[in-house]
Amino acid sequence: MFSIELLRDAVVLGVLLGCFYAAVSIGLSISFGLLDVPQVAHPAFLVLASYGVYLLNDSYDIDPIVAGVMIAPLFFLLGVITYRLYYETFERRGTDAGVRGIAFFFGVAFIIEVLIILQFGVDQRSVTASYIGKAWRIGDLRIPIRQLVAFAVAIGLTVLLATYLSRTFMGRAIRAVAQDEEGLRLMGANPVRIKQFAFGIATAVLGVAGALLIIIAPVEPTLDRVYIGRTFCVVVMAGLGSISGTLIAAIILGVSESIVLTMFGASWAPAISFALLLGVLAVRPQGLLGR
Amino acid sequence: MNRRMVIGWATAALVLGLSSVASAEEPPIKIGMSMPQTGGLAGGGKASLLGIEIWRDDINARGGLLGRKVELVVYDDKSSASETPALYAKLLDVDKVDLLFAPYGTVPTAPILPLVKQRGLLLMGNFSFQVNHKVHHDMWFNNAPWGPADSWATGFLTLGQKAGGKTMALLSADQEFAQNLARTAREVAKKLNIPVVYDQAYPPSTVEFSSIVRALNAAKPDIVFVASYPPDSAGILRAVNEIGVGDNVKILGGAMVGLQFAQVMENMGSLLNGVVNYNTWLPEPSMYFDGTKAFFEKYTKRAIEAKVDPLGYYIAPYGYAMGQMIEQAVNATKSLDQKGLAKYLRENTHKTIVGPITYADDGEWKQSVTLEAQFRGIKDKNMDQFRQPGKQVILFPDNLKTGELVAPFEAARK
Repeated sequence: MFSIELLRDAVVLGVLLGCFYAAVSIGLSISFGLLDVPQVAHPAFLVLASYGVYLLNDSYDIDPIVAGVMIAPLFFLLGVITYRLYYETFERRGTDAGVRGIAFFFGVAFIIEVLIILQFGVDQRSVTASYIGKAWRIGDLRIPIRQLVAFAVAIGLTVLLATYLSRTFMGRAIRAVAQDEEGLRLMGANPVRIKQFAFGIATAVLGVAGALLIIIAPVEPTLDRVYIGRTFCVVVMAGLGSISGTLIAAIILGVSESIVLTMFGASWAPAISFALLLGVLAVRPQGLLGR
Repeated sequence: MNRRMVIGWATAALVLGLSSVASAEEPPIKIGMSMPQTGGLAGGGKASLLGIEIWRDDINARGGLLGRKVELVVYDDKSSASETPALYAKLLDVDKVDLLFAPYGTVPTAPILPLVKQRGLLLMGNFSFQVNHKVHHDMWFNNAPWGPADSWATGFLTLGQKAGGKTMALLSADQEFAQNLARTAREVAKKLNIPVVYDQAYPPSTVEFSSIVRALNAAKPDIVFVASYPPDSAGILRAVNEIGVGDNVKILGGAMVGLQFAQVMENMGSLLNGVVNYNTWLPEPSMYFDGTKAFFEKYTKRAIEAKVDPLGYYIAPYGYAMGQMIEQAVNATKSLDQKGLAKYLRENTHKTIVGPITYADDGEWKQSVTLEAQFRGIKDKNMDQFRQPGKQVILFPDNLKTGELVAPFEAARK
């Protein structure tokens, strides 16, 4: 089945889906892409943030996006503590820290999952907001408003983070620590503190991303497993540490998935992300916008 | 009273006293089972266990079985098929249980069926789907109203056809349970002469269904049969609400897992309106049998304490009914002999709080009582509305029907 209308709808819905993928991956672009920390617990933090948003929405009727912004400072602290723990127990001890770090973050992910189950049970949770369940009509095209919200937030986050990293002193320091940690140390700056701060920002971003996650679909404690492959795929395809590359890679992934889901058969969709990743890496090993 | 009479009375009293002591010390009848209390099936597993516990308390209050108290030996199988064989071996060899109940669900049950068949034991199934299909164990009795394998699709597609549906779309999760249902839906559609114009299996990792629903819409089906799992069911209904499925759709739903649970229904609220979906028990007038009301009064009180599904319609009364069937079999045969109990269960109709149950040769219910019901007049954020009749009107089977299908789907949603 093929029609121009169907293709148009698939592309529009794919761009929106891609922006959502960008929002949930952008924190990882900093922690894994820039800082080289094997943050495999990233999706678990994301789900944890969704439950925080759920709690505020359910108890106080606070809009999910506002709730996400409210919990962001808490997640910043959580990120700072997590990095410090990782640094003290693994990173400072030697060259195989990366491999052992993966085990550390897997452990963190499992602990988060179990804590969510103990506190909220295994049932799925969702939020209410005026824009969930409604669509914007343009002719015969219908666009879910919750996806438009995800689109706007993703664009906003990308612009904000890209500006912060390129225009502010701290942002430049974060980029510098990613390029030459030793050089930064010689300049009199403490790279561990900078990395700790950057990891805090990467985790704080998840507060807002978690809000988008629960706006898009209900969440349950093991949902992180669905996102682990997709988020890493986006970040690697983008080029490690590239914020604007993350948005572009996520949109390419979203549009490809949407076209496959609409026109070729839903079963093929999971293979798309990794096929794209392999294709991009074969042509540009450094990723789309990597250096 | 002479001395001989006194001694005689004293001896009689002593013998009576000893025998009553012996009776009081009779060991309990142990019923063993694993139950998912963590993992994906935990929601249903906990509710099922509460239903069984309420039966245990009721039977013990009436003096137990064969004059012995009933004790449950329960382990958490973590919803995992790899846990259950070892747990059931432990129940049999270490705990020495007298009778076995299966865990809730198809996946944890499947690996223990060969074990019980090998040992020649009776096993009461607990909401699994066609697990005895290849094992052919003649002492297996599945406590679930599915009946023949094609019953889910038959009820739904017949309703759709009666409403004027001529073509069908089939959307199913790409995993075993949903695919089994999709297969039977294709077979039933063929029998009913309904061409399938859209047939997609989506991967379980799908997070957004807008594109899929848009493609389904383009196929312009009259009947939309969905076999989905809990997180997907919510995602699909959201996308249906936003993207729309077209005015030609007469009926949508069928086999959406999750829409039976209180938390999910409360979350979905008005998005449920118009959806026709399967269920096993509903608070409609035709569903009350001897003891049903009393059971739900007890369940409602205990569910809060046990932190389980506050409504408990889907599976909890079946846990109680499983106990009732064993109670009737043991009382009738006056023994715990597994073959005797199996013979009784196979040859008789059992009165339970979910209605009369008769078994077919394969251990499934002889007649399907899988309900197809339509959500109507549902409001957002209100759990208690689901306790009222009329919110899920039963359309199928005919003997339990409490209303007619409202079609087309778009009209039913208003």
